[in-house]
This record gives sequence, structure tokens and C-alpha cells, in this order.
Amino acid sequence: MTATQDRAAGEAQKEIGRDRRRKEDQRLITGRTRWTDNITLPGMLHLAMVRSPFAHATITSIDVEAAKSSRNVVAVLTGTDLADTQGVIINAWPISPEQVSPTHLPMPADRVSFAGEIVAVVVARTPAEARDAAELVDVEYDVLPAALDLKEAATDAVLAHPDLGTNRSATWQFDSAQAGTGGDVEETIAKARDGGIVIEREYRQQRLIPAFMEPRSTVVDPTGEQLTMWSATQIPHVLRFALAATTGVSESKIRVIAPDVGGGFGGKLQTTPEEFITFAVARRLGKPIKYTETRSESFLACHHGRDQWQKITLAAEADGTVTGLKVELLTDLGSYNALLGGGTPVLGAFMFNAIYKFKAYQFNVQTVLTNKTWTDAYRGAGRPEATFAIERTMDELAAELGVDPLEIREKNWIRHDEFPFTSVCGLTYDSGNYEAATARAKEMLGYDALRAEQQRRREAGDRVQLGIGVSTFTEMCGLAPSRVLGSLDYGAGGWEHASVRMLATGKVELVTGASAHGQGHETVFSQIVADRLGVPFEDVEVLHGDTQVAHKGMDTYGSRSLVVGGEAVVRAAEKVIEKAKPIAAHLLEANVDDLEFAAGRFGVRGTDQGMTIQEVALATFAAHDYPEGIEPYIDAESTYDPVDFNYPHGTHLCAMEVDTETGAVKMRKYTCCDDIGNVMNPLIVAGQVHGGVTQGIAQALWEEAVYDDNGTLVSGSFVDYLLPTSADTISYDTDHTTSPSTTNSLGAKGVGEAGTIASTPAVVNAVVDAVRHLGVNDIQMPCTPERVWRAIHAHDGDAPTPADAMPHFEADALNQDPTDGAGQ
Amino acid sequence: MTKIELTVDGAAVSDDVEPRMLLVQYLREKLGKTGTVIGCDTSNCGACTVHLDGTSVKSCNVLAVQANGRTVTTIEGLADAAEGELHPVQEAFRECHGLQCGFCTPGMIMQAVDLLAENPHPSEEEVRLGMEGNLCRCTGYHNIVKSVLHAAGQNEGATA
Repeated sequence: MTATQDRAAGEAQKEIGRDRRRKEDQRLITGRTRWTDNITLPGMLHLAMVRSPFAHATITSIDVEAAKSSRNVVAVLTGTDLADTQGVIINAWPISPEQVSPTHLPMPADRVSFAGEIVAVVVARTPAEARDAAELVDVEYDVLPAALDLKEAATDAVLAHPDLGTNRSATWQFDSAQAGTGGDVEETIAKARDGGIVIEREYRQQRLIPAFMEPRSTVVDPTGEQLTMWSATQIPHVLRFALAATTGVSESKIRVIAPDVGGGFGGKLQTTPEEFITFAVARRLGKPIKYTETRSESFLACHHGRDQWQKITLAAEADGTVTGLKVELLTDLGSYNALLGGGTPVLGAFMFNAIYKFKAYQFNVQTVLTNKTWTDAYRGAGRPEATFAIERTMDELAAELGVDPLEIREKNWIRHDEFPFTSVCGLTYDSGNYEAATARAKEMLGYDALRAEQQRRREAGDRVQLGIGVSTFTEMCGLAPSRVLGSLDYGAGGWEHASVRMLATGKVELVTGASAHGQGHETVFSQIVADRLGVPFEDVEVLHGDTQVAHKGMDTYGSRSLVVGGEAVVRAAEKVIEKAKPIAAHLLEANVDDLEFAAGRFGVRGTDQGMTIQEVALATFAAHDYPEGIEPYIDAESTYDPVDFNYPHGTHLCAMEVDTETGAVKMRKYTCCDDIGNVMNPLIVAGQVHGGVTQGIAQALWEEAVYDDNGTLVSGSFVDYLLPTSADTISYDTDHTTSPSTTNSLGAKGVGEAGTIASTPAVVNAVVDAVRHLGVNDIQMPCTPERVWRAIHAHDGDAPTPADAMPHFEADALNQDPTDGAGQ
Repeated sequence: MTKIELTVDGAAVSDDVEPRMLLVQYLREKLGKTGTVIGCDTSNCGACTVHLDGTSVKSCNVLAVQANGRTVTTIEGLADAAEGELHPVQEAFRECHGLQCGFCTPGMIMQAVDLLAENPHPSEEEVRLGMEGNLCRCTGYHNIVKSVLHAAGQNEGATA
């Protein structure tokens, strides 16, 4: 090896793997931001939505006269006014050909099917005037019975959409015997019932609300040749397609821009009625229009996540070797099939078997329409649900056998020397080392010492008991090979696009079709380009989120941006080098074969001759001297369609203290060791893990979207929907083992969803573990003090409240003392 | 309409405003101070936190008319960004990766500055309690807490 090559090899490691501070931060910490709601255009008008207070009702009349004559109101429009100019909200993933699905108009004219659905829109000169006038729109409804409870809705007792004749939207099954990837699950279970072990459990995945911090906002400017939409979205490219496909406006006349976007977590992986209505109003009035939702509207109308009942049947041999797993899901779609809709639980279909060597597996899902807010992807989308169910059930198996939960996992997991491993679903897990990650996590937590402490506290009968929860998760991420998506009837591909532009001054523009909303793509993609092209990190500008700049893209979700989008970046950069090479050879008067590219420089082998890629860029710009037969152009692009998923994994351990007298829980320690392959930027990875873990913990302990008997969302604000605060959470211990992915050249695996997927069962397992000796084997999420207390006291009899306790109120009485005119 | 006169980020401003106009609306809509953002409508999230006469307030919870004759500092006036200056707390948030999407960040930073003014050397527990009124969905607070403690450490260095 030459000295040059040695130096190059050293420098090639320089950016990737380095904890670069983020390029994004300067503007964000100084308030120099471009959130959609910050955009103001001359003559801009503002919208306020009139929303249904009823879960299910016929609209009998809408009187808009008072609103129309309100101060500075320009127009008041209903579904009848917008009619077919408004487009249709699409479902991109009909999971079966027989899927029953209501048409989803942005603003229906005749009937509303969830509380919060838009029935009229007010256009005024200021947001305040629009909102004032919205109060004056008088809508008459005939209230219809509403399908609310998921299990009851599945029986069609009340129809969410009477004209469909059923709430049962679709079923989808994977069966390992049918697929030829494993045995027959029923036979396996039958065998286990005779001398083996069968664990049967039903778990509830409560409904969650993504609650990104930036409320959704859309601006549409129709005052040019093209209609330009700015929107707080994760998916500008999908949105542009959906607008064009359903409104009749040519795709080439629509430009969608996702400027700074304040979080998404799947919640902005949607094309929304609000976007379509803003688009329709702007076209109709020919003026720039802005709509920004209130937080209360966001809770009501932004799609929700999770909401499943999960029936799990696990079969094992008497020694705890797992054999079969059967999964039966009921999932609540809410009132429409959203963009992914029933596809969200299907994303979890291949993950219930997790890291364990089941021989037979069957997954069934029934999607159900109800009169509640529509549901769709929320961080992890299908995989947190799967991981929760299997990791809870493995703990139950361990309890049945009376062994440590890690022991039962180790007995059944894929050993590191068995990779690549073909799962019972037929997926090929690329790489992993569950033993190493678990050993590291145990060491960090002080597992054995905590187990000893737990034993002492149990024996002493302490009021506060200690539980240790385990989650050894894997996930499939990097959505997705397009052919696989096609085989699952998904309506689009899973590729990603990148292009690299070499500017005359030596600076580099990287255009990516991924659309970041907090992940730090500008930093990490700059690191990748800097390494590949040998240019300074600071000289790379990452452009994204604008369909006119990044004309091709599949956007950001499913932990795909690095492993799919990043690979496209690598390939585009490599093409730049290949295109620059003959020009460099020409200018250096050398043979192309004698050139070697390292650290940003084309060198002539065996000489000190050479030129940098920036010099080639300038020479190509001037184009005074370049070889015959080629174009003076070294920019390049790549559309990368992934060859396979990749499979991050990790061991998450959680220690929880449970006060057996009050049911209060307290997190004492949370430790995780994730294996996400090669790490591009450890600082950003740590941030993704912290945030992801916290969202998963929040599902376990605090968050739940609750509807009352009338279908009204009662947890519709930050007062009632318990987003964790800094005072509720703790600092975490995180670390990594590294099993590079074999499905992309970076060796990277996705990290965006890992924490959320892993942490929920770790926490619930810990809470249950703390009180299992008191006869508890499950606590429904969120594990509120009340639920924990009730679980502990479930066997106490029916009189938990002493007769002399102070009554809060009496049934049928006023809930406060009469004031009798006091204070008047 | 009511006439108000106040100082915002060092500049004297005067406007006629509706009595019901919130300070955050005034900052964003009248002054174009869009660095301060609105994250909720129940005064829970703290994204709109600014300083009123040097003390942190949620600017959605103050009427513009209440700011009459007073001094408001927003994230845009915390340091002279045009001169490339950053407040130590801004610097700490970048250094410790205390932000991801950045939407809660202006409020977080303004609250952290106020917290450190009251308690220059807080414990982790004190930081967690002091930042409780500001919600973040991205970071899980881990690095926000670290950022505030980091900034506090710098205070110590500066005064030592």
C-alpha cells in the first residue's frame, strides 16, 4: 500500500462515525425557522374549519349566512360547494381485494362519521376573524348511532357506515404452512396442549395520539403558473401525487414544499382533509390561503395510532422450547382507511415471531371501521404492537416455567452464528448478535444485583416492590423493496432518489428524496458525501422537501432514510467520481486506468500528479478542455431500490418500583444496548434512541386516547392526554453493539423507531414483574396507579373502599354542593 | 383597539391591537417574530415561552396589552445572531444535541435561561422540575436536561 492510500483509508473514516454537531441547529436555536405557519404572502386569507361535534350524524342543513356577513369574511364553503373539486383522500394500501372502504371526501356534504370531521370552512382576512365566523355557522344534524367499541363494532351491532353493510373492512393472513416457510400452527398448538405448554393471552394496544409538537399547517399559493403548497408533512412527494391523482390538476402544475417540519412520528405520514380543503379553496378564490390547526383540532383530527386487541397463542415444549405462535388481531381503523390504513398492522405481521425460532406461525388481522378518528402509522407502525405482544408472552412463558425471562429468551433466540437466518415468515435476517447485546445490557443495568435486591424486597414484604423488565426486540426496517411492496398490494414503490450536483466553486449540493422533520439528515448525509467525495463536511449542502428541487422521492418514514436514501446518496456520489474520472485523466494527460481516487483527489498512480474533484468540477463548468465523446457534466443521480429489509435489534432492560399500597410506579433505571449496524453519527443515534424509548415508555405508563360513550374524545388536550414531561422521565443508559447490515453498503440499520418498538414491553414487563408474586400476570396499558392497584387487589373481594371513606359524590346527585346564592 | 408601546428584543415598538390579542400573536403576526411558536391552545406546551421584564412567561398566556410599557425578549433577541453570537444556553443545546425537530427549542431555551438565572447550579432533579412546563416530543428530555446542566457548568467556568 502506498502512503497515499494509507492516508486515504484513515480519512475515509473521518466523517462517518463522527459525532458531528448538527448543521440544522444554528437556525433552530436562534429562531430563524421556516415553519409553514411562519409563511405570510401578500393578500393571504385564512381558514377556520367547522367540525362535527357528533361521532355519527346526518347533516340536514348548514346555514352560513350569519358567518358570511361576519367582519372580513370572504367566503364560507361547505361540502356541497366544493363538491368534486376537493379531491379524495386516498388509501394507498388496500390489504385485500375485497377490502370494504368508505369513500373519504375531505369535506363530506351529507354525513359525518367521526367527531371532528370537517363540515364547512370559513375564509377570512385574519385567522381570528375566520374563527369568530366559524362559531356562527349553524349546522343541523340528525344524530345516528355510533360504532365506538372495537370489539362490538366487529360484530356489526352498529354500523359506522350504514351503506357499506358491515364494519369489517378487511382480513389478512399469513400462514407459515401455506407459505411453505414453516409448519402448521394448529397442529403445533394441539401437540403442545398434550404435554407441552400453551400460553394464551389477550393484550390491548390502546389508542395513541402522535402529538408532534408543531401543529399541522398548510399554505397554498395559486398566484403563479403552478400551485405551490407548503405543508407540515413527512411526505411532500406522496402528497403531490395524491393531489394530482384526485383533483384533476396536472402533477406538473403542483409543487409541494415541506419546509421546516416540527416532528411527525408517522402523524404527518398522511394526506389530510385539511391540505385538500386548503388546496381547493385557493384554487377557487385565486388567493394565497393558510390553514393552521389548533392543538385541540390536532388531537381530534390528526390520525391516531395503535388501537388493537391482540389474541396470542404460544405453543412450547415442556422445557420451554417455543414451537408455534398464532396471532389474531382486531384493529380499529377509525372511520376511514387512512393512507396505510389496514397496512399498518400488516407491517407487524412478520415480526410477532421476533428473534425466536418458531417452527409454525400464523398471523391474522381483521380491520374494523368505527366512528372515531382514523388511525394510521405511529412511530413503529405495526412493529411496536408485535414486539409488545411477543415480549410480554415470552415473560409469561418464563413465569410458567419459573425461570428468568432472559433464560427463556436465550433458549429460543437465533444464535449469532446462525445469521443470515431465515425466519418462520420467510424473511432473511441479515445480521445480529443477541448474546452480545444482552450481555452488555445486563452489565450496564447491574442485572444480577437488581435481581438479588428484588428477592430481598419480596422476602421482606416491602411496601415498594422492585420489578425488572426485559425486551429483546428486533424489527424490520428500511421500507422497502418495491417488489415486496407490490406483492403486498401497496400502491407505491419503496425506492429512494438522490442526486449530487458539483458546483463550479467546488461546493456540493446533495438533493435527497427523503424529507426530514427533525432526524438530522442534513448533517448525516453531509458526512456521507464528505467521505465519499473527499470534500469538506461544511461544503456539502443538503436540499430536500421540495418537489421542484427534489423531483423524485418517497419521503421519510419506516426508518428508511439512511438505509435506503443514504444508499442512494452513496451511489450518486460514486457515479460523480466515475463521471469525473475521464475528465481528470484527460486534463492530467494520463490513462484513466492509471488514476486512483482517494481523499477527494484523482492521482496518477506512481507520480505526484493529480487534481481534486473540485478542480475537475471547475474545469467541467468552464468546459474549455474535455475529452471528445462525453458531456461536460459530472453531476449524477441514483434511484436505489433496496434489495432487502434490515433487522436492527437490541436488549432493553428496565427497573421499575411499584408502590403496592397506592399502585404508583416509578422508573428507577432504563438501560439499552441496540445493534443498528454501523453508526453514522453517534450523537444523532443517541437522540433517536432517547426519544424513541420515551415514546414507548409513554405508551406503557401514561398515554391513551379516550372516547366517551358518545364518541367524544375526552383526552383532547395536553391537559388530559399525558405527554411525558421532563419531570416524569429519567436519563437513560444507552450503548451499542455492531453487526453491520449486509443489505446496504453503509452497513447501517434504521434507528428511528427502534426505541419505541423496544421499550413498551420492557416497562410493562417490569411493572408486572414487580407484583407477579401478588398474583398479577397482566396490567392493561397505560399502567396507571389505579390499574396497578386494581391488579394487585383483584383478588381482594369487592369492597376496596372502606365504608367510612369520604364520598366524592353520590350517584345521580349534583357533583358540587349547591351554592344557595353564596357570593352573589 | 388599544395602543401599546413596548420594547421587544431591544427595539421600541408601538401598535394598536385588539384587547383580546395574545402576546404570542402580537409577536408573530404584527412583528414577524416567528422564532416564537405556538404549540398548543391550553398553555401546556411552553413552545411560546419568552421573557417579560426578564422573567419567563408563556406568551400565549399573556395579552399583548399586558405587555404595554414592558420589555419582551424572544429567542431572536437572546444573542446577536447577525453578529454570529450565541447565548451560552443556545450553544449548549447545539453541543449536547438538545434538539431534534427544533419546534419546542425556542421555548426550551428561554425557559432554561430563566431557570439558570434563578438557580445557576441546579441539580438534574432541579432542571427536570424547572423545565416541566415545556413539552418536547423528540428528545425524551435526556439531552435537554444535559444541555441545561452543560450550560450551568459553563456558568461556573465563567464565574470561577
